[in-house]
Amino acid sequence: MAPRYDNPAEKQMSEDEVVAELRSGMTIGIGGWGSRRKPMSLVRAILRSELTDLTLVSYGGPDVGLLCAAGKVKTLVYGFVSLDTIPLDPHFRAAREAGRITSVEYDEGMVYLGLLAAATRVSFLPTRSGLGSDVVKHNPQLRTVASPYDGEELLAMPALRLDAALVHLNRADASGNAQFLGPDLYFDDLFCQAAERAYVSCERIVPTVELAREAHPATLRIHRGMVRGVIEAPRGAHFTSCVPDYERDEAFQRAYVEAARDPERWAAFEERYLSGDETAYQAAVAAFGAAQEAPA
Amino acid sequence: MSEATRAEVCVVACADAWRDAGEILISPFGAVPAVGARLARATFAPELLLSDGEAMIAAGVWPYGEKPPVIEGWIPFRAIFDLVFGGRRHVMMMPSQIDRYGNTNISSIGADYRRPDVQLLGSRGAPGNTVNHPTSYWLPRHSARAFVPRVDFVSGVGYDSAAAAGPAAERFHDLRRVVTNLAVLDFGGPERSMRLVSVHPGVTRAEVEAATGFELAGEAEPPESRAPSEEELRLIREVIDPRGARESEVPA
Repeated sequence: MAPRYDNPAEKQMSEDEVVAELRSGMTIGIGGWGSRRKPMSLVRAILRSELTDLTLVSYGGPDVGLLCAAGKVKTLVYGFVSLDTIPLDPHFRAAREAGRITSVEYDEGMVYLGLLAAATRVSFLPTRSGLGSDVVKHNPQLRTVASPYDGEELLAMPALRLDAALVHLNRADASGNAQFLGPDLYFDDLFCQAAERAYVSCERIVPTVELAREAHPATLRIHRGMVRGVIEAPRGAHFTSCVPDYERDEAFQRAYVEAARDPERWAAFEERYLSGDETAYQAAVAAFGAAQEAPA
Repeated sequence: MSEATRAEVCVVACADAWRDAGEILISPFGAVPAVGARLARATFAPELLLSDGEAMIAAGVWPYGEKPPVIEGWIPFRAIFDLVFGGRRHVMMMPSQIDRYGNTNISSIGADYRRPDVQLLGSRGAPGNTVNHPTSYWLPRHSARAFVPRVDFVSGVGYDSAAAAGPAAERFHDLRRVVTNLAVLDFGGPERSMRLVSVHPGVTRAEVEAATGFELAGEAEPPESRAPSEEELRLIREVIDPRGARESEVPA
């Protein structure tokens, strides 16, 4: 048997195989930020599944909106939910305003510390952030801790331990070494390290040798030791941005928001885009794009 | 140059928030604060650090809405948070509600948090910003809907909330100024309550009071807000905001 320098362990999976490893009631962390580099093909696979009662941890964007609309979310742990160029996600708003989800709202820096605590196996990290705000009032489980060195009483941000993490990167090899080529990794490495199981989707799976050839090795912040499964998902972040591979699909995001504001239009949107598999989704999106470009 | 518009008065009022700030990161939310930050750096505060709105620290002066020509550093979100915790930053945020002691709300409106009347963004970085480093606010529409006796959710920590939370919350808490389409305010009133510092040209104290849902400290006849200089107007109009984003945010 030939030595396999490239793939110590082949971890390639499909979106549906990932979802088959998830269970209702799990705590799932979703990488990216707002409407940027979200693992949307994995989110769409969850939409197609029987999973329910999920706790999501997210710097929220349309991942949160879509999962709320599909009734998958029991509890949301977040600092914000936004679509960036459109400030608010209508589905998230509707879910909150109807009292359908439990809101565990933190300062966004506290979410970072919660993930870091989980990744480094401590039960909390001390911080000033959150003190004096209603984040404390509405999270009665939060405790303060006195510094053993100077007595300062700080907030003890609890570890945000994840059963699974879903992230989308630009490139990966088949064993789970993954690369971001855009301006910001966000907190994707911490999501992976805070999770029992991390799944990385990517625009393109490439031979290992190409990873450090394409960009500085500092872009290889997620390595195979953190990763259980790799999914090749071209345009898998659509309609969020995945630069430099593609920008956010602003026209499609507007269509999403307009549909999400009205139940009848949302039913039509679901039928057109979300009733089939990922291939059907991408085909419907291509048709949407072609219609946008056609003269009126 | 023709006379300064209201938006241009607001721009210099924001810029002045960063006078003598030092070599720290300025994070402006909204067009007027962003133009103000670039104006401050192009004139009296060249030491300020500015980001491109994503992950780069940008050098030079560049038009609002465009990519900066020179990158001088990389500051992804994780580095931003580290900087927040370290305090070398001054943010100007745009709250939906603000109250007498400077508590601000960008989270949700309504009495029942579990089922708010209106869900907004969520707290974002407001709780951490306000207890870690200087914070100012920009409200392009000064109204009694925004200036409320008590915010529905404390996202950004005000002086009374910081005091109630104890020394760790107060240690680096520092609310600097509130700029609106009508006036400049700060927290120099009794018990660190909001004070009217100046009114923009053409605005009276009575107008500001009518648009504010609580009592404002400050002089009965406050001075007029500073007008931009000729050079500032030229920079705003020709270099920093040639497309006039400021005028859409504060219509004349």
